[in-house]
Amino acid sequence: MTTQTRTIDPAAESVIRTRDLRKTFTGRGGAVEAVKGVDLDVRAGEIFGFLGPNGAGKTTTLRMLATLIPPTSGEATVAGVDLLRNPGQVRERIGYVAQGGGSDPLMTGRGELVIQARLFGMSRKQAEVRAAEVLAALDLADAAGRTTGTYSGGMRRRLDIGMGIVHQPKLLFLDEPTTGLDPQARANLWDEVRKLRDNGTTVFLTTHYLEEADILCDRVAIIDHGTIVAEGTPIELKRAIAGDVVTLGISEHERVLSLARAESYVREANDQDEDGLVRLYVDDGDRALPQLLRLLDGAGLSPQTIALSRPSLDDVFLRKTGRSLRETAA
Amino acid sequence: MKVVRDTWLIFERSMFLTLRNPVWIIVGLLQPFLYLVLFGPLLKSIAESTPGFPPGGAFNIFVPGLLIQIALFGAAFVGFGLISEMRSGVVERMRVTPLSRFAMLLGRALRDVVILDVQALVLIVLALPFGLKIDPAGLLVALSLLSLIGLTMAPLSYTLALILKNEDALAPVVTTISLPLLLLSGILLPLTLAPDWLQTLAKINPLSHAVDAIRALFNGHFGDPSVGFGVALMAILAILALAVASRTFGRSAA
Repeated sequence: MTTQTRTIDPAAESVIRTRDLRKTFTGRGGAVEAVKGVDLDVRAGEIFGFLGPNGAGKTTTLRMLATLIPPTSGEATVAGVDLLRNPGQVRERIGYVAQGGGSDPLMTGRGELVIQARLFGMSRKQAEVRAAEVLAALDLADAAGRTTGTYSGGMRRRLDIGMGIVHQPKLLFLDEPTTGLDPQARANLWDEVRKLRDNGTTVFLTTHYLEEADILCDRVAIIDHGTIVAEGTPIELKRAIAGDVVTLGISEHERVLSLARAESYVREANDQDEDGLVRLYVDDGDRALPQLLRLLDGAGLSPQTIALSRPSLDDVFLRKTGRSLRETAA
Repeated sequence: MKVVRDTWLIFERSMFLTLRNPVWIIVGLLQPFLYLVLFGPLLKSIAESTPGFPPGGAFNIFVPGLLIQIALFGAAFVGFGLISEMRSGVVERMRVTPLSRFAMLLGRALRDVVILDVQALVLIVLALPFGLKIDPAGLLVALSLLSLIGLTMAPLSYTLALILKNEDALAPVVTTISLPLLLLSGILLPLTLAPDWLQTLAKINPLSHAVDAIRALFNGHFGDPSVGFGVALMAILAILALAVASRTFGRSAA
């Protein structure tokens, strides 16, 4: 697992800005408040993850932002356009990839890209040139002439993304982009999404995979029961609730504890667990670890084992909602 | 104009996909063709001996009904294709593009009209050896009338598909609507043979007026009042159906 080191300029313009965005569905069973007042600020050039269990309101929010369903109330600006007043202009500026994809099994990959480009106003010639570029970029050139019904899940997903970016939108919506993909295809897709971000596209995605939010996303909003319960970079979120934990297998607990407690970067130190290990709670494990080792070494102490563990976004979810996302998510 | 261009794009794509699987075009022709070959000859002898049978050859009475059948059933079932496009996500994908909502509908409906006009022409050619006699100019107007029926029924079928969203719900609704429309249009036997109450019921059915108009047109009777009435009626219905369907296309979260 890698850590994000990418920093986002806080002053960057908001590509998505919502205030008190709500959606209430009224059906036979009465009114259901799917989204209960969501405030979001998605900055230009980031991968923004919307994390939550199934039914939390992720997809409803994304579908509102992508113009597919009108919000019940609230404000939203998407790609610089007022979503409620002018959904048509929003559509020109965004790309959208649904969870289930959107290609016809009887069309070829190239055929789908060409028509998609023409729907955005390109001439047939321009569309063919652009389709070839996208096919090459997504490693689909060899399969371009085959019907999409013959594609693997990963290939179809890449084609879906290709259709989402054929008109080079500044903002791309991905609804549960890796659901149903095997780990290899998922990793490939993450690479594609990072490439898009690195080329300046803002990506807004929903996911119920903790790892996806943690590893892929620059910033994350956690949604539960239609409300955002936490928002920030994955590192900030995790640090805010617990900090990192350094676990030491070492003798002379008392000396270790008193030494560690004197250090400013150690928030808490104890050996109360019955496993006989010393636990140090630190703000930033990556920095703390070498310092700790120097400290122990200087005092003539040498640990037999040392482990650094970080809280997961599941711990964040657990802390905020009282439930584990692993149990809640299908 | 953008709507025209968008309509063409959708027409082109829909037609391409239909032609990739042309077996449905042939299946759609099979039933009217069987009626023509296996039922038409029966009608011929009945027509000669039955008082009240309208003037003109038996096939000039019979074939217009079969053409209505092609237009009615061909267009009534197009919603099934839309449901499969909704299921594959194509409809939703296109809803998040600048594509005109009206073009999403009209492009598909025009594809349906072209297909049913071609089917109608094939059936007419097949009916000629049986003794169908048609006025060439009348044929053109008759095809326009069939197109209007297509432009009425196809949008309605699409509307139902967008609302019902699955085949199991769509099939009984479409059958329930189209079968009485078909029987009350006098396609197998002319309604001049029907009792009064049935004739009254048939007059409420727009398709019976379309059948009357096509029969008159095949005989070259352009001045027959049924022609103007049938065309005007179907034109109004087509406009209404297109308006309703394009609203549904605009709103529906397909």
